[in-house]
Amino acid sequence: MLKPLFAAAALAAALAVSGAARAQEEAPTPPRQQWSFYGVFGTYDRAAAQRGFQVYKEVCSTCHAVKHLYYRDLEELGYTEDQIKGFAAQSQVTDGPNDEGQMFQRPARPSDRFAPPFPNDQAARAANNGALPPDLSLITKAREGGPDYVYAILTGFVNPPASVKVPDGMYYDEYFPGHFIKMPPPLSDGQVSFTGGAPNKVADEAHDVVTFLSWAAEPNLDDRHRMGLKVILFLIVTAGLFYAAKRKIWARVH
Amino acid sequence: MTVPATTHRGPQSRILRWIDYRLPAVSFIEHELTGYPTPKNLSYWWNFGSLAGIVLVIMIVTGIVLAMHYTPDADLAFDSVERIMRDVNYGWLIRYIHMNGASMFFLIIYIHLFRGLYYGSYKYPRELLWMLGVVILILMIATAFMGYVLPWGQMSYWAATVITNLFSAVPVVGGKIVTLLWGGFTVGNPTLNRFFSLHYLLPFIIVAVVGLHLIALHQHGSNNPLGIDHRGPQDTIPFHPYYTIKDLFGLSVFLIVFAIFVFYLPEAFVSADNSIPANPMVTPNHIVPEWYLLPYYAILRSITFDFLGIPSKLLGVVLSLGSLVLLFFVPWLDTSRVRSARFRPWYRIVSWFLVAAVIGLGYVGSQPPEGGVVYLGQLCTFYYYFHFLVLMPLIGKLERPRPLPTSIGEAVLGTRPAAERA
Amino acid sequence: MSDVAQSHVSSGHEGETRRDFLVLTAAAVGAVGAAVTIWPFIDSLNPAKDTLALSTTEVDLAPVQVGQRLTVAWRGKPIFVDHRPPEEIKAAQDVDAASLRDPQPDSARVKKPEWLVVVGVCTHLGCIPLGNKQGDPRGPYGGWFCPCHGSIYDTSGRIRQGPAPLNLVVPPYDFTSATAIKIG
Repeated sequence: MLKPLFAAAALAAALAVSGAARAQEEAPTPPRQQWSFYGVFGTYDRAAAQRGFQVYKEVCSTCHAVKHLYYRDLEELGYTEDQIKGFAAQSQVTDGPNDEGQMFQRPARPSDRFAPPFPNDQAARAANNGALPPDLSLITKAREGGPDYVYAILTGFVNPPASVKVPDGMYYDEYFPGHFIKMPPPLSDGQVSFTGGAPNKVADEAHDVVTFLSWAAEPNLDDRHRMGLKVILFLIVTAGLFYAAKRKIWARVH
Repeated sequence: MTVPATTHRGPQSRILRWIDYRLPAVSFIEHELTGYPTPKNLSYWWNFGSLAGIVLVIMIVTGIVLAMHYTPDADLAFDSVERIMRDVNYGWLIRYIHMNGASMFFLIIYIHLFRGLYYGSYKYPRELLWMLGVVILILMIATAFMGYVLPWGQMSYWAATVITNLFSAVPVVGGKIVTLLWGGFTVGNPTLNRFFSLHYLLPFIIVAVVGLHLIALHQHGSNNPLGIDHRGPQDTIPFHPYYTIKDLFGLSVFLIVFAIFVFYLPEAFVSADNSIPANPMVTPNHIVPEWYLLPYYAILRSITFDFLGIPSKLLGVVLSLGSLVLLFFVPWLDTSRVRSARFRPWYRIVSWFLVAAVIGLGYVGSQPPEGGVVYLGQLCTFYYYFHFLVLMPLIGKLERPRPLPTSIGEAVLGTRPAAERA
Repeated sequence: MSDVAQSHVSSGHEGETRRDFLVLTAAAVGAVGAAVTIWPFIDSLNPAKDTLALSTTEVDLAPVQVGQRLTVAWRGKPIFVDHRPPEEIKAAQDVDAASLRDPQPDSARVKKPEWLVVVGVCTHLGCIPLGNKQGDPRGPYGGWFCPCHGSIYDTSGRIRQGPAPLNLVVPPYDFTSATAIKIG
């Protein structure tokens, strides 16, 4: 009786999976990691996201922008208004023109977007041997494999097999498609010191920065999961009520 | 032959009678909705029409609200969508409803269409009803295609490039047509602007055609799983409350599925590449349309050879679009005088082959066109056309249908109520 | 949908009240669901987070000398900041508030008498009065003069002549330090 509806749902799921399936790139599938935000009840581990923000600020922000984040968004990670003003004020942004018609630099405010390391793509390329470090605001959504992939890249800088010659200016990464990536290994053990002494091996730094970047890509995930649970439970109750009403009304016909 | 309406008493209150005398809205609703005689044996396969109508309304409402925040400019579109996702109150929710609603809409429509094929709902006297449905499907495809371009991600841009380039297959004037569509020398800002305008317009044309579709439906009433006409009040029940409550129940079950996607798998149907802003200088590794367009895409790419002097590209376009155009002729391609596949032993089996072929085409469309995938696509394309052009006419003539029940009422009162059978 | 609750001409059955209760409950639950669903759509029209983030402006007053006036933007509107010299303060305070069109003593319009902060939008029909820039006419009361229809404001931003009905609006603001304010 409900076959058509269940069949429809199964079909939708199957098609969704098939739609996303791709032929294998020349790199292995990144291994699955444990993320606090996976699953129906997933939420962002705020402490990890704060450490990840620190990693971004101290390491990644040299080359990578996150233009879709505003400093005020950091409030969601648990920072206070004063802390956010402090982070913002560390960077300069371009403003203007002033009354003389000149653009000028001023310290960033919480209402500003994260200051980019380069004013435009061409400047970014010029400073990076022609390579463009991608904006990281959506990186965990913009790559097949999502957070697992980004984590795999960051922890995948290994020595190449003996037979492989790595071109000049590039580095060997196990999970990057084609294996040759222009980014030098960004993380090293103990590179970022976390207050409270949280572990800071490469794997930990990578885990934390990927948590931060996942939040940056989907800040509404916690709300979405919470609302989803309430909506679906409500709908189950409603469906049950409507079903009972339907049976009662149709009793006349049968 | 119209069915006599079940008795209804007309508007009760004085205010309603005042309105009705001047604008017969109240008696219209009573005649066409409340008291409207419907076969008493409709199964849950008949829920999908009203579901589609509701999803259409959902799409229009979410679309109008999104349009209040979206900027249709090539430099600003992607960022405006991110603003909706991050800064607009509940913007992420409205966007995800719209995005996943499109997939749900097509899922519902394909099931609705298959229901029509299986139970012969396209046969006399409902041929025009069926054809209006095919028009709606084509309008939906156009709307959805243009909608996918609007976020101006990598897949938006390149899908637009590939599909608009198809028109260059038209002999002689193909190139000029493509330039006209683009408004430039490539897909660009002019293209985006006009797609936004048309994406806003087309749903209202769909609403109008849905109106015609419903008028045509009400001329002779719904078909039913037995495929036999209803002959009197013993075969029908008023739409309200029986089918209103059944539709509401079906709606709430659908909403659960919908909610699972919106809240937990919101990007299941979308390519990761569309989270990258459009870059005319970089082509994604695999350009893949949305899942509901995959079968047509697969047919297009299956034609890898010239035939009878027709270039393969043109042939691919013709057969791909032809797969939709073919649907218009189904009422005449099927020669059987029995409507419902329940009583047609050969057609019943063959119908599922069609489903398998279409799913096969969907899979083919999602994969890079190399190796065995190409052969599978060609096989499924061949079967699709074979099914409609050869099997349907032949089976209608050659198979021996099972004996039909004398009436719906008798079938319902018989063993298990027919309405409870899936 | 089923608010037109009409009983139908059909073979009567026992248990109608039970069915009605069930149907009513289902309908009520459905209606609640529908109402709750509408709120996000309405709320999406409210100011978005980026708009709200610009709803406060901090102004550093240190560079504004005595006798100088400053214009800053707040929520898309100009704000006049006046570092009032003693003559202006006295002129503002020496007025019988009750005799004004919009009676307000100067003390009710300032937090510190040497700083006047008002929204620079004429309360008549919305033009921006002159008087905040060097060389602007200030009108006979030394405050501001609106060129559109001749409204004249005094050194407390109060309407003295002309068609405007109300004094220049004082926005919500606080001193965050001796030389800085936060508006909004």
